Amino acid sequence: MDYSIPKELELLRKTVKEFAEKEIAPVVEDMDREGKFPEESIKKMAKLGLMGLPVSRKYGGAGAGMLGYCIAVEEIGKVCNSHGTILGAHTSLCCMPIEMFGTEEQKQKYLVPLAKGEKLGAFALTEPNAGSDAAAIETTAVRDGNYYVLNGTKIWITNADRADIIIVLTVTDKALGARGGITAFIVEKGTPGLSVGTLEDKMGIRGSSQAELIFENCRVPKENVLGDVGAGFLVFMKGLDCGRLSLAAGCVGGAQACLDASIKFAMNRIQFGKPIWENQAIQWMITDMATEVYAARNMVYHAIWLKGTGKRFTKESAMCKLFASEILCRAIDTALQIHGGMGYMKKFPIERMYRDARITRIYEGTNEIQRLVIANMISREMRKS
Amino acid sequence: MRFIVCIKQVPDTTNVKIDKRTGRLIREGIPSIINPEDKNALEEALKLKEKFGGEVIVISMGPPQADEALREAMAMGADRAILLTDRAFAGADTMATAYSLGSAIKKIGEYDLVLCGRQAIDGDTAQVGPQLAEFLSIPQITYVSDLNIEENKVVAIQELEDKRVKWEANLPALLTVTAEANKPRYPTAYRIMSAYKEKDVEILEKKDLDVDEKRIGMDGSPTSVKRIFSPEPKGKGEIIKEEPKKAAGILFNRLRAKNIL
Repeated sequence: MDYSIPKELELLRKTVKEFAEKEIAPVVEDMDREGKFPEESIKKMAKLGLMGLPVSRKYGGAGAGMLGYCIAVEEIGKVCNSHGTILGAHTSLCCMPIEMFGTEEQKQKYLVPLAKGEKLGAFALTEPNAGSDAAAIETTAVRDGNYYVLNGTKIWITNADRADIIIVLTVTDKALGARGGITAFIVEKGTPGLSVGTLEDKMGIRGSSQAELIFENCRVPKENVLGDVGAGFLVFMKGLDCGRLSLAAGCVGGAQACLDASIKFAMNRIQFGKPIWENQAIQWMITDMATEVYAARNMVYHAIWLKGTGKRFTKESAMCKLFASEILCRAIDTALQIHGGMGYMKKFPIERMYRDARITRIYEGTNEIQRLVIANMISREMRKS
Repeated sequence: MRFIVCIKQVPDTTNVKIDKRTGRLIREGIPSIINPEDKNALEEALKLKEKFGGEVIVISMGPPQADEALREAMAMGADRAILLTDRAFAGADTMATAYSLGSAIKKIGEYDLVLCGRQAIDGDTAQVGPQLAEFLSIPQITYVSDLNIEENKVVAIQELEDKRVKWEANLPALLTVTAEANKPRYPTAYRIMSAYKEKDVEILEKKDLDVDEKRIGMDGSPTSVKRIFSPEPKGKGEIIKEEPKKAAGILFNRLRAKNIL
């Protein structure tokens, strides 16, 4: 078994790490307080080529593969989950489905500017009555000559107000439901009938925007169907397989940051005449954190390897998302406890990281849905054997 | 135009500690980086290339692992990379290093500007650049914080402790660049992948160069390091404990008394 990271990806990691520390970290406090989209640092990320890492080079990407992409997300995750979320929605949920399912024309027209970071992407699934139950979406698309007419409302869509290109899931045949009745469309910003509604005010990831997208007789050319008519659920499932992996990589980065901060604090904080690190109570907190980070990182890298072999990795991807987000939330809770009062104060990053971490157990499929996915995959394996 | 940039791979001394017993740097587990001011030199070359066209060649002398530094330089935008590596070059002091680099640069052929970092963070000598200019018999401007090419001349600002001097030199010339000159760009993801997957580092060994054996490596080095030690730290700075407005006034008067303002 060879667990070494290729040298080019080590250089990518070093570059992104330095970039995140020098260009992202300084803007995070204001961004979080004001709930403001970090426009400047996202532009800088685009300049570095971070908006198309896994996309192949012929479509304007870096060709760094899933591993290169996840390494970058991990490094960004150490510093700011808002930036990671913006990048994840753009890359995993918009670029990658277009690369997987798009026609050559769609790739040239949409994927190239997305991968180059000239345009920002989003993915619109969630609705007021459909979240975990994705097949319950109510936004409709009705064929009218060379167009489809979209009607409905999407909510909590990451990057919605900023995105130039949005993948939208719609119902094209209610009777068929998830099996043939759902179709994905590529919709451009500015299409008549598409508007952005309420922008949410949130507990964490306050730099990334989540907003409503309202479709009122929004006419989309039939050439913009992504994948086949009726095969939208496949686009969604395959996109999420990748999205969950990169999300898990971001959680690993976040948990590593908790660990690093805790070690540094415990070694330097003197109480009762000695660093608090010397108390076994603290040591055990940190060793458990270190063990969980190690386990989660190896799970993610292994699942990336599995993806590379071409095998299905739906179960493993769900396991990575489930485990990495849970260990992140434990790690940040422990880190806050170790930092004591200082961890609770807004002037230190632990407090923000605590709020930013919580969403990872909810978005891109709640952890309960991940368990459902894993259980379904296990049942399927049982039936096969 | 053709720009040659000399770079050195050094231990990241911001994290390095000195073994108090032996006086040597503890290098274990310390990552290697491109010497920071060499990155400033590279950034200047890349900016000149963007302005005037041409190519940027990075060159380094060192062990085979200096390959990483050269690939990083290509990921920042250098077109070609040359590594001078041979056991015969090992143990070189600044003079033998400058002589060897000079021989390699002569082999490259025509060039317009050689750019070096002011000094390396591991040795701090600031000697290789000036000696290299001597070996190449070209004019040199050291401690450069700003530069431009105007017609067939390079115009540069030399940053000295107490003054700034504007110099002009005919091309080709050699400049050593300080950290104040610029903020080096980050490598791009696309170029990082190219630097490893599409490009090669050209290797030059002793046999490829027209060098006098007595002037390279340990044998060609008239100097050797006797001892490394940390200088005593300077006394603590003085803290002016007053209201900000009053403190600023005191500071202003002190600086004026020393002719700094």
